[in-house]
Amino acid sequence: MTVGLSHYLTVAAVLFTVGIFGIFLNRKNVIVILMSIELMMLAVNLNLVAFSAFHGDLVGQIFTLIALTVAAAEAAIGLAIVVVYFRNRGTIDVAEIDLLKG
Amino acid sequence: MFDQAHLLAILPEITLAVGAMALLMVGVGGRDEERGELVLWLAVAVLVLAGIFVATGEGTVTLFTGSFIVDPYARMLKLLALVGATVALIMSLTYWRDTDGGVKFEYPVLLLFAATGMLMMISAYDLIALYVGLELQSLALYVVAAFKRDSARSSEAGLKYFVLGALSSGMLLYGASLVYGFTGSTEFAQIAGAVQPSGANLGSSVWCSCSQASPSRFPPCRSICGRRTSMRARPTPVAAFFAAAPKIAAMALLVRVVISAFPAVTTEWQQIVIFLAIASMALGSFAAIGQRNIKRLMAYSSIGHMGYALVGLAPGTAEGVQGVIVYLAIYLVMTSGTFAFILSLRRDGKMVEEISQLSGLSRTSPLMALMLAILLFSLAGIPPLAGFFAKFYVFLAAIESGLYALAVIGVLLSVVGAFYYLRIVKIMYFDEPVESFEPMPRILAAVLGTSGVLILFFFIYPAPLVAAAGVAAKSLF
Repeated sequence: MTVGLSHYLTVAAVLFTVGIFGIFLNRKNVIVILMSIELMMLAVNLNLVAFSAFHGDLVGQIFTLIALTVAAAEAAIGLAIVVVYFRNRGTIDVAEIDLLKG
Repeated sequence: MFDQAHLLAILPEITLAVGAMALLMVGVGGRDEERGELVLWLAVAVLVLAGIFVATGEGTVTLFTGSFIVDPYARMLKLLALVGATVALIMSLTYWRDTDGGVKFEYPVLLLFAATGMLMMISAYDLIALYVGLELQSLALYVVAAFKRDSARSSEAGLKYFVLGALSSGMLLYGASLVYGFTGSTEFAQIAGAVQPSGANLGSSVWCSCSQASPSRFPPCRSICGRRTSMRARPTPVAAFFAAAPKIAAMALLVRVVISAFPAVTTEWQQIVIFLAIASMALGSFAAIGQRNIKRLMAYSSIGHMGYALVGLAPGTAEGVQGVIVYLAIYLVMTSGTFAFILSLRRDGKMVEEISQLSGLSRTSPLMALMLAILLFSLAGIPPLAGFFAKFYVFLAAIESGLYALAVIGVLLSVVGAFYYLRIVKIMYFDEPVESFEPMPRILAAVLGTSGVLILFFFIYPAPLVAAAGVAAKSLF
């Protein structure tokens, strides 16, 4: 069996879905949400690289590099906000993020 | 590789980015309170300068090998976004002065970075440029949303905003990767050439336009709960900023993508836009009815108004896009004026946000009440105020291209929406007065007065705005 474009796309789709489910089904803590977001970004990068190799076109890989950079910045800001939140509330439990209900 | 015309075309973005970094250095030079105010006024100067550079541009320039475009459409929307950012920044001054820390210099700098991102979004002509611009804006906005970092509510609002924003940017990126995969290019012009109304191609473009919508903060795509709660918890000047400029940039981006990259599949994305429009208008109308907090009411109202603007996009015609631009311009004026009013509601040194506290305002401060009444009538879309013409142009475009059902639903929902605007007018004019508010700061009074007058007398001389919007819309097609 040769590994082709569709295999890569399937893996990426599965990873992306796992990421989305990780955000919505997670009842534990915010760090898991940040990890899920990273998972989604990486799934997209896999997609882009697979398409780039398929087309023989470098633009996809450039897109991947840029997306990686931006994802790193995004993670940094996300962690900073989580730290600020922890200082105020003393917890990062998802179930307790409820000050703003309704 | 670059000639002078190219550099002139991106001068506004360069000005904002360099200005923001320079102001960062001015800001860290000292920590006294005047420093924050100095940085704020310098930031206003930078925004105005960028606006002048935008306004003096001419023609259509494509640069960076086709990933960035400066055309009349981009210039018009950039001007609107810059005006929104500038007004929000000036209005925030009095609020920050009264908080214990004084004006923090980070706030204007973050706003400048967000404005840079917005300008890049509006001019993006390539999926990569679009993504970078969008993220530049969002990253700054995440921090702004959590700006009061010693308040649990503000940091929670920032956290929620961050998670939802990151989720929607992930969706957008996934859609972008599929579009790249199926068309083999990230440039809008080449995507437009490759997309045909059939099969997988179509699926990817539908996904993309759908995911485009999610960063535009339309409720069906974005978790409703997070959106409205974070609106209330944000500091009021932050809410005022979020209500205007980012919405304009997001709408500009959505229009640009569906019109320039997917003209071949208009009937497909039309369905999505119609669904989003109806859902936004319905949520904006019904959910706001029970609100007692004026900030949350304005949050729902802005959701509804984005729905009306989408009605103009649904036909996918130049007239429709013209309607969208006129709508955004008028919405910008109305929302700035209303937030100037909300920011000035102070009693005993505390912000008041309950609508019931406005009772009898017409007797305690008649001019303020009159201006707000004008703005509210206009938000409800009552002629001859500007808000009526805004709705008129978008519904006209929808009817001309045969979208009768959409237009009828939209008009009916705007009647529902009129109820809660008029209720505030009733409370101000017919209820017994409670104690009066502190006098309005001069800056806020100027913003409220200007927007009230603009809205009231728009019908006398609407030609400049409508004509400029027409030119801008034509440049897209």
